[in-house]
Amino acid sequence: MNAIVCKDLCKTFKQGEEIITGLNNVSIIIEKGDFVCLSGPSGSGKTTLLNAIGGLDTPDSGEISIGDIRIDKLGKGALADMRLHNIGFVFQAYNLIPVLTARENVEFVMQVSGMSAAERSQKSHAILKEVGLEGMEDRRPAQLSGGQQQRVAVARAIVSQPTLILADEPTANLDSVASSQLMDLFTQLNRHHHITFVIATHDIRVMKYAKRLIGMEDGKIISDQINNDQTINVQTVNNKAQ
Amino acid sequence: MFRKSRAHFDVIFTLAWRYLWRNHRRTLIMLAAITVGVWAMIFMTALMRGMVDDMLLNGIRNLPGEIQIHHPQYRDDPSINNSIDPPDKRLLQALQIPEVQAWTGRVRVPAVISSERDSRGITLLGIEPESEVRLSFDLDSIAAGRFLKNSSDHGLVIGAKLAERLETRLGKRVVIMSQDPDNNIVDRGFRVVGIYKAKMASLEELYVYAGLETVQKLLHLDDQISEIAITGENYRNTANWYPQIKQATGENLQTLPWYEADTYLGAMLAMMDGFVLVWIIVIFLALSFGLVNTLVMAVFERTREIGLMQALGMHPTMILYQILMESFLLLFIGLLIGNVLAVSTIIPLQDGIDISAVAQGMEMMGSSSMLYPALKLNDILLANSIVIVLGLLTSLLPAWHAAQLNPIEALGKD
Repeated sequence: MNAIVCKDLCKTFKQGEEIITGLNNVSIIIEKGDFVCLSGPSGSGKTTLLNAIGGLDTPDSGEISIGDIRIDKLGKGALADMRLHNIGFVFQAYNLIPVLTARENVEFVMQVSGMSAAERSQKSHAILKEVGLEGMEDRRPAQLSGGQQQRVAVARAIVSQPTLILADEPTANLDSVASSQLMDLFTQLNRHHHITFVIATHDIRVMKYAKRLIGMEDGKIISDQINNDQTINVQTVNNKAQ
Repeated sequence: MFRKSRAHFDVIFTLAWRYLWRNHRRTLIMLAAITVGVWAMIFMTALMRGMVDDMLLNGIRNLPGEIQIHHPQYRDDPSINNSIDPPDKRLLQALQIPEVQAWTGRVRVPAVISSERDSRGITLLGIEPESEVRLSFDLDSIAAGRFLKNSSDHGLVIGAKLAERLETRLGKRVVIMSQDPDNNIVDRGFRVVGIYKAKMASLEELYVYAGLETVQKLLHLDDQISEIAITGENYRNTANWYPQIKQATGENLQTLPWYEADTYLGAMLAMMDGFVLVWIIVIFLALSFGLVNTLVMAVFERTREIGLMQALGMHPTMILYQILMESFLLLFIGLLIGNVLAVSTIIPLQDGIDISAVAQGMEMMGSSSMLYPALKLNDILLANSIVIVLGLLTSLLPAWHAAQLNPIEALGKD
């Protein structure tokens, strides 16, 4: 079953007088439960593609479907609903709400979706335990390390059991140990909960976890390959990214 | 449905409250501004209300009576020829309605009072002491001697200022001179039995009280009187019961409520209500700039976080409510402190503020030398409603701006 279908996606940006191509006729199908890495140099279009899939940005033309939903046709409110119920986001800069504690950050999405306090509390406790943050529930983001903050962000992304997690450079601000721990967590979630992962990254250590590697350049897909042993076949893509 | 609304309210309230105190210094400054503004709205309105109430009551006291019945020509020519008969059976029946607190009939004519030293033009009031006390005369204002005992009392009660001008005093004899209905000069000697102090010195020089029967005899009036004065419990409600009295008096007599008898007083009351509204709005406008600035800054500071909330699936309307909730909390706390402060500064002043240093100037406006702040529930409600309603309306702009942010652009802000 297809989790994501993108067809002929085009997106341009205006930067001063210059027109920049973000996506140039990108077509891609990602199956449910896949673990995909988008790689490529800065400006290659991987974040633009991720934002379009997440309904954060609308393409100039083309079609995007998440499951059965054509999201390029949705309005602002419906897109917000779609993100709330179907997608978990993990960003490079952790992006936690600074005035909320770790537990409240995790509960945020459930609260917005209208879940009861008791249910929220039970789920957030379990998920924070799962990501190794038991005992740190009442700490605010400023009281957590970078790795811990990213774990909170992951907990928030997975707590409402989305079908898809989109991660944009999730390890960019983490050291190698924290990066490995995070990617192990992603792999575990992918295997046990069958959550589809699409990760935009430069990081070769991240790519080795992927089942499928998609290389991008100048808004186009330049390579798309299965990572059979999940440790090789990344060198070429990485070389291009350099 | 309820569970969802409750969860939404909780998240909106928590975020609004926490963001409000993230920059606590700015919030405290804004709270201080709202508090002082609300205090000024309520406190100054109470002072103005007190002053205008005093002016109106003094004005009504000068008439005196909230409803007056006269001969149709009396107001143009307040002479003895325009006298009227005492109330008939129909009017007496109308005067029994519960809204009527007291009424009296009096003779009111221009006259001259002379002592052995000086003479003055005055208004001679022939009164029924018992009903006059119920209606307008304050017995505590008697500074020396006594008030009239009955309507056939031969004594005279004059104001302290008039006594000073005439260089006379208690127990001395003075002469009252006026005209009878045939335009003959009539006069009579009176002994000063009482001296009163009025709230307004000008009244002390003007009104001289004598017994009704004594004055009727002096002026050859039989039982005729110049006016019937009626008073109710609250001068603001006169319009409610005035028609019943007017209907009972018929077309042959002129029946006027105080705001028509003295149009200046009526206009002053209407003007005061308008002025209070303008005053509250002007203070609010000054506040609103601070409020909008605070909210714009609050939105600007957390553009990225708003983008994040949108990315996570928060509806634009919830973002809008969040900013409005923040504004509401700010306004509510400011109002609460402002109200408490205003009430606690007005209550100790309930016994009056002595403004005698400027009372002569105030007297020209009809106000007395003591200012009694009048704290009215309606004024407090008006100030609070305006601050909350206009405050939230003013906050709509930054809130709408926040709700319209593009998540991608917002997330890209540093």
